[in-house]
Amino acid sequence: MKKSLNERLAILSDAAKYDASCASSGTTKRDSSKSGGLGSTEGSGICHAYAPDGRCISLLKILMTNFCIYDCAYCINRSSSNVERARFSVEEVVWLTLEFYRRNYIEGLFLSSGIIRSSDYTMEEMVRIARELRVTHKFRGYIHLKSIPEASPLLIEEAGLYADRLSINIELPTDMGLARFAPEKQPANIRKSMGELRLKIEAAEDPTLQTKRRQRFVPAGQSTQMIVGADAANDSVILGTSARLYGSYGLRRVYYSAFSPIPDASKNLPLIRPPLMREHRLYQADWLYRFYGFGIEEITESQPDGMLDLKLDPKLAWALANRHRFPVDINTGEREMLLRVPGLGTKAVKAILSARRYRRLRLADLARLHVSIKKVQPFIIAEDTTPHRLIDRLDLRARFEPKPEQLALL
Amino acid sequence: MRRVWLDGKGDFDEWRMAARGLLINGVPPDAVEWRLRDEEGADLFAVGEAETSVPEQAVAPLPSLTVPRAFMTLAEAVICHSDPARLSLLYRTLHRLQGEPDLLAIRSDADVAALNALEKSVRRDCHKMTAFVRFKEVDAAIGATRRRFVAWFEPDHHIVARTAPFFQRRFTDMDWVIATPKGAAAWDGKVLHVSTVPAENPMLTDATDELWRTYFANIFNPARLKVKAMQAEMPKKYWKNLPEAGLIPAMIAGAEASVVAMAERAAQDAPLFHSRLQAAAKIAEDIDRPPPGTLEEVREEARHCTWCALHCRATQTVFGEGPSTADIMIVGEQPGDQEDLAGRPFVGPAGRMFDAIAREVGFNREEAYVTNAVKHFKYEPRGKRRIHQKPNKSEVQMCKWWLRLELDLVKPKLVVALGATALSALTDDRQHLADLRGQTIKLAPDRSLLVTVHPSYLLRIPEEGRKQEEMARFRQDMARVALFAQAAILGKELGRQRARESEGSRSDDIQPVG
Repeated sequence: MKKSLNERLAILSDAAKYDASCASSGTTKRDSSKSGGLGSTEGSGICHAYAPDGRCISLLKILMTNFCIYDCAYCINRSSSNVERARFSVEEVVWLTLEFYRRNYIEGLFLSSGIIRSSDYTMEEMVRIARELRVTHKFRGYIHLKSIPEASPLLIEEAGLYADRLSINIELPTDMGLARFAPEKQPANIRKSMGELRLKIEAAEDPTLQTKRRQRFVPAGQSTQMIVGADAANDSVILGTSARLYGSYGLRRVYYSAFSPIPDASKNLPLIRPPLMREHRLYQADWLYRFYGFGIEEITESQPDGMLDLKLDPKLAWALANRHRFPVDINTGEREMLLRVPGLGTKAVKAILSARRYRRLRLADLARLHVSIKKVQPFIIAEDTTPHRLIDRLDLRARFEPKPEQLALL
Repeated sequence: MRRVWLDGKGDFDEWRMAARGLLINGVPPDAVEWRLRDEEGADLFAVGEAETSVPEQAVAPLPSLTVPRAFMTLAEAVICHSDPARLSLLYRTLHRLQGEPDLLAIRSDADVAALNALEKSVRRDCHKMTAFVRFKEVDAAIGATRRRFVAWFEPDHHIVARTAPFFQRRFTDMDWVIATPKGAAAWDGKVLHVSTVPAENPMLTDATDELWRTYFANIFNPARLKVKAMQAEMPKKYWKNLPEAGLIPAMIAGAEASVVAMAERAAQDAPLFHSRLQAAAKIAEDIDRPPPGTLEEVREEARHCTWCALHCRATQTVFGEGPSTADIMIVGEQPGDQEDLAGRPFVGPAGRMFDAIAREVGFNREEAYVTNAVKHFKYEPRGKRRIHQKPNKSEVQMCKWWLRLELDLVKPKLVVALGATALSALTDDRQHLADLRGQTIKLAPDRSLLVTVHPSYLLRIPEEGRKQEEMARFRQDMARVALFAQAAILGKELGRQRARESEGSRSDDIQPVG
């Protein structure tokens, strides 16, 4: 008996939840006020709901189908899994997207799929959905398509005309890990697809000679996801892979997904609680690399096993290991060094640089900029404060470590 | 003390006119009392007073009014806040700005910090409105072509008029009304109406909410329970108007149990189609193999080369390309950023330079087989860029395997080594590039090696004079390659002609008569 739309929605959203990305930001500004139709994107994305796992729900994140010819050990949809299977028709996905959008549940669609028949067939169906939305229904909301690595370049090119973002998951930080857990996936093919997409995006960014207008092609760029904790790769290896991906393919984001136990799991995998704190630290380190001028080696070098400190955030851990670089005078310090002070974010640094042109800053001024005084005090000199010997104290680390908690019995 | 009466429902012009009047008349901030018409204690007398609230006389008139644009933008947002103190805070800041024009740049100033905090809370409220409004479909009027939707939302501040244009831009093709206790907004396809009159909750339901609840319940991962993170972004005060929020308590309560159940359910045997798929994949692997002993086969094998660590970091193997019977083979160092992405040799800046000079001397690159000593790109990531790194000796040594196969199969008569890496890959003895530059060395009885620099070296020379000098030398080297190519073409042409002649005489013999 055919499952109802509601039943299939349950199966195909359950199957999609292991993809971390739900971003709807970073695309071009557009709306339907002049062109008619439905939808808009205004730069920053909107999270329309939050699930109790703390994750934002911005897009309708579903699989077209969870049938799959691949057998990737970490994936709930692998061919050897006994998970219940279902499939949406092109029209059903279009209908769900538009009806959800009209009720303001979502910013748009994040469509992924198991691979059925062939890569090209699957990609073609996904492109059809995007084309229907954009062309037939004049949908101006956000569309994120997961591209299939082996799909033909022509299909990817068409997908790029309709989608705001395309992504391919790198899945695991090392080629060895991928070979072990996803035997059908070729790491080289994944990288090749990313490289081709970067070239296409760059070609579209060049204004054409005739019109000086830029062609719209994947305006929100490409992203990827890495599973953390399924194989033995340490944080230093993971971050090194991220740095290469950012540098090589101009990725907007690398998502880290703490490996989460899946139903009917393969025997090759650890059935563990997802390492959520580790995932959080990786995101912090990723931010330090992209926005704070840190090198990957700097972030991980103080850790002998190449793992980030779970008790302290990576910036604080770096500062404690490099005390000779502190204290920094907030009234005279350079921007690069201010960014390295634990407790100062990019916004606070910007505000400090602006304000100190007119006034000497005191500790109270920092408090008004929503800076945690407890955190910054040992590392800075302000008009009315010096850390004395605080920076040299051996128990400084202990001041920042979380208080020991009684272990839960489970 | 001067008393100013305002509606205070987010109308910026109302405050602006009042503040302007006060400022022109030099009224100091502490001499103004800002009151709201509908606040408690605003009796009839007070409202009567409002009409006479125009300042009577100047205390110390200011010469001119200057207001930075940034203040206007900030004030337009802050005026929407529901805190009554915002009115006096705005006026105090406006007053201070006359003497301290850069005040807003000092975000640590107490007044500026307070204003920014109010602005932030208004911004957040607006953002949450765009996020948490839930439209319910209602029956359209008979004969109407547009669908109709109604939403009920409860904002903290007077933000309906400020946020309504967002919904107009987004939901253009449908009629909608957003009702709130602080006013309403409506769109009919032509005009956007806003009002500050408090509305009533229409208490509507929509069948599609059920699908949305299904989605919400299933996209949740019970193994990652983070209730605090959810509530930070979706505070409970919004829950009562969100169709999905009713599910949250049960989702939290059942999370632990469903994770335990998942762990206890041991993996079962794979479904039948799994083994069918695996078998089909095996068969597919064996077809489509290129014939053995050809350049195509070597290229396919090199695609999967994992002999050195470079393959993990590079995008792909960049194998040589060009005619498999070329007389000339050009050997560079290694693929660069662009070559690595495109999977083709000599397409980046150095390749374009090479092409340009080759064209100048009349040499067509298409006629040569072009390849690199090392087939994977070696680099160091630096933010958004990749910095080229020289391949080391063992990497060059490993990759010689492929280069040798290319030489054996293409059988070029002239090999051109571009740069030191290519030279060391092509000759076993260690020699300096500078010593051999421009020379031709015999590699085999019918194969010579011409040694020159790599075009990327020419790109890196900073000094213009020397650059031109080196370019000229490179051009000379390439001119020799061009000469060789022309000679080869002539030779081939001659050979073909001879073959034709002898063939011709033979074919004459067997030509049927008549």
